[in-house]
Amino acid sequence: MQMPDPSAAILSRKSSVVRRLQGVLDDDSVIHEENELRAYECDALTAYKCPPLAAVLPRTTEEVAAVLAICHEEGVPVVPRGAGTSLAGGSLPSADSVILGVARMNEVIETSYDDRFIRVQTGRTNLSVTGAVEEDGFFYAPDPSSQLACAIAGNIAMNSGGAHCLKYGVTTNNLLGVTLVQMDGTVVEIGGAHMDAGGLDLLGLVCGSEGQLGVVTEATLRILPKPEGARPVLIGFSSNEVAGQCVSDIIKAGVLPVAIEFMDRPCIRATEAFAGAGYPDCEALLIVEVEGSDAEIDEQLGVIGQIARGHDPVEIRESQSAEESARIWLGRKSAFGAMGQINDYMCLDGTIPVTELPKVLGRIRELSDQYGLDVANVFHAGDGNMHPLILFNANEEGQLEKCEAMGADILRLCVEVGGCLTGEHGVGIEKRDLMETQFAPDDLEAQMRVKDVFDPKWLLNPAKVFPLSVTEPRRAIAAE
Amino acid sequence: MLTPKSEVELADILRAAETPVRVQGGGTRGVGVARGEVLSTASLTGITLYEPGALTLVAKAGTPLSEITETLAAENQRLPFEPIDHRRLLGTKGEPTIGGAVATNASGPRRIAAGACRDSLIGVRFVDGAGTIVKNGGRVMKNVTGYDLVKLMAGSWGTLGVLTEVSFKVLPGVASEATLLLDWQTPDAAIKTLARALRSPFEVTGAAYVPEGPDGVPMTAIRLEGFEASVAYRADKLRTELGEVRIEDDSEKSARLWRDIRDASILAGAPADVWRISVRPSHGPRVAKALGEARLVMDWGGGLVWAQVAQGTDLRARLKGIPGHATLVRAAPETHARLGTFPPEPEPVARLTAGLRAKFDPRNILNTGLMAAPEHA
Repeated sequence: MQMPDPSAAILSRKSSVVRRLQGVLDDDSVIHEENELRAYECDALTAYKCPPLAAVLPRTTEEVAAVLAICHEEGVPVVPRGAGTSLAGGSLPSADSVILGVARMNEVIETSYDDRFIRVQTGRTNLSVTGAVEEDGFFYAPDPSSQLACAIAGNIAMNSGGAHCLKYGVTTNNLLGVTLVQMDGTVVEIGGAHMDAGGLDLLGLVCGSEGQLGVVTEATLRILPKPEGARPVLIGFSSNEVAGQCVSDIIKAGVLPVAIEFMDRPCIRATEAFAGAGYPDCEALLIVEVEGSDAEIDEQLGVIGQIARGHDPVEIRESQSAEESARIWLGRKSAFGAMGQINDYMCLDGTIPVTELPKVLGRIRELSDQYGLDVANVFHAGDGNMHPLILFNANEEGQLEKCEAMGADILRLCVEVGGCLTGEHGVGIEKRDLMETQFAPDDLEAQMRVKDVFDPKWLLNPAKVFPLSVTEPRRAIAAE
Repeated sequence: MLTPKSEVELADILRAAETPVRVQGGGTRGVGVARGEVLSTASLTGITLYEPGALTLVAKAGTPLSEITETLAAENQRLPFEPIDHRRLLGTKGEPTIGGAVATNASGPRRIAAGACRDSLIGVRFVDGAGTIVKNGGRVMKNVTGYDLVKLMAGSWGTLGVLTEVSFKVLPGVASEATLLLDWQTPDAAIKTLARALRSPFEVTGAAYVPEGPDGVPMTAIRLEGFEASVAYRADKLRTELGEVRIEDDSEKSARLWRDIRDASILAGAPADVWRISVRPSHGPRVAKALGEARLVMDWGGGLVWAQVAQGTDLRARLKGIPGHATLVRAAPETHARLGTFPPEPEPVARLTAGLRAKFDPRNILNTGLMAAPEHA
């Protein structure tokens, strides 16, 4: 993975930049010793590492604004960082950049059940947002699998999804307002506790912009009353095709489950060996979860069961108790851990039209044979968000490159059948150089014009999202 | 009138344009005053893709909304966001288009549960003010590839580009619906009732207050949708929680009630101005108090207020201090010009808006005069 050469001029000014940052923050909020900077050299895409020039951990919007204003004046790139759980390298630093971490900003600012929102500082973790309101019967809907660790700041930057977004949508559908600090230190309030932010939809633009338009320090999030109950059913099939058809038929029948998860045989076997959830040994299985009162759940599961039986399932296991529900989810939730036990893996998240599922799974199998690398599939089937896990051995020369090449082929396939490169992880550096397979030059130009407006000097997270060759002229101007 | 028959022809027109154009779908949502020759999307029509099993529909921007609703209904599906039909309120004629609904981010009572138009929109194609064809998003419902210009285009009133094609996530239709009704509540009491319903786990998909229901008295209305048994169960639960309620469980009658609320149709006809106000739901009563004698329809649990006030009233001045914003929906051209149709924006936001408009429409020819005007206008 190519990154731009760091600016020698900035590297040589490290001590003066650090001194200026120390002038606006507590000493313990400015990290500049080499050994301490190691903690910020990568995020969850650990294949790529580079310690930053410095890292800062401000506590308030004012401090963030002060830091950004200094970096803007100094011409130093800034890489925003939530909890560092990005799988796409969204917070990978460059040697001449300052990491701006929001980890110390985790207060709840306001909660209103009458207006059904919570306002938080964005360093707060996803799960602890729900934690702040669940005793009163509410929850925050987007639930990325890293929700225990990941921060709202990162969720907003990447427009994170989760298993339950078929019903509840992703981050952008649950975000009401933000405080955004632009690269020059300008503080902008967008939206608020009212449901429609007025004017152009800047909120929609900021969400998913991968920390390239500004640093979001506070966010107003929609919270929802918890449903009375939820219950999953597990359905095993003898082929991927049939399972895929069943997903389509469930959706067509007018039931809207909160989640439809799909696992293929390699994934089922691996998770069984790891977690022992008692899954049937079959080609494909679905976990379908519905919500409501007991009677409502029974009715919906009745409809789903009837459809599934029409597809000659290997097994249908409807949960009868909380313990059984937990066991049904156990395998799915341990899938990534299970794969990690076997081998190193690379997790992709391209999205495809649900109707293309069988075809794409077939092609992935062919690619797997061609490259000689195993692939396990576990994904959100209801919305077509795939998660192929390519297994490889990082210690073996050339395997990472081979795995990346195969990953790129799978993502090209996703685009080819009408889907996209990334459904919830973001582009970061990982999919940056594939953007031209999905977008024409004019499409990319339109997006980059937005960055020109928010960050004319291209200092915020500049080497991400767009292919380096495409952003080169803009970054060159910034470097002058 | 310019009526391009293809996206390419539209791009040619915009590249060659030397004077401003007024972008028009069905011409039914005539809010505000734009200058220039009409540029109509009427010939860009047709549903280009519909996959019921994937909950996905793609259509050309000029496709009549009615065609889309009917096509979806045939598969028992629907657009989730229940777009308002402006024709009664504004006295306009014509056929609302899907592109017009997107350009205005038209969203009805179900907004509180299913989101606004922009939340269902998953892809766009448009031609910007320089005549460049741009696509963003696509036809899958989870997509974070690049910046989200899809949301940006929704509700941009044709000021950044002319939409040519739009893609949606659609939802299953509902087997039945029912509405819980309370009469004679004050706005204050009504908003408290609606908040209690919205705090419950019973998935309310409509929460409104109108000064005159079909019986001619103030009416608080709470809608439930879904399978019949489920609707009955939740209606019963909510009745226990809220006390004295009537239940309209005739789906047809319930649907008619919500069409009227969606279109703020009781505010149609009278010689008065109509404003659309967006506030925190619990501030609905504050708006009612500040506006005194005004006739109000409150939707979204109080978060959306339609206000009918005397002609020429500076409503924004009356609402000073209440966070949110107000758009002038129906008034004389002179009032639009004097008070401004769209809410003014604070400085840093206005700068971003102006910057985006200058980038997407460098010659300032698209719907000039709509939304907060750019500085160089």
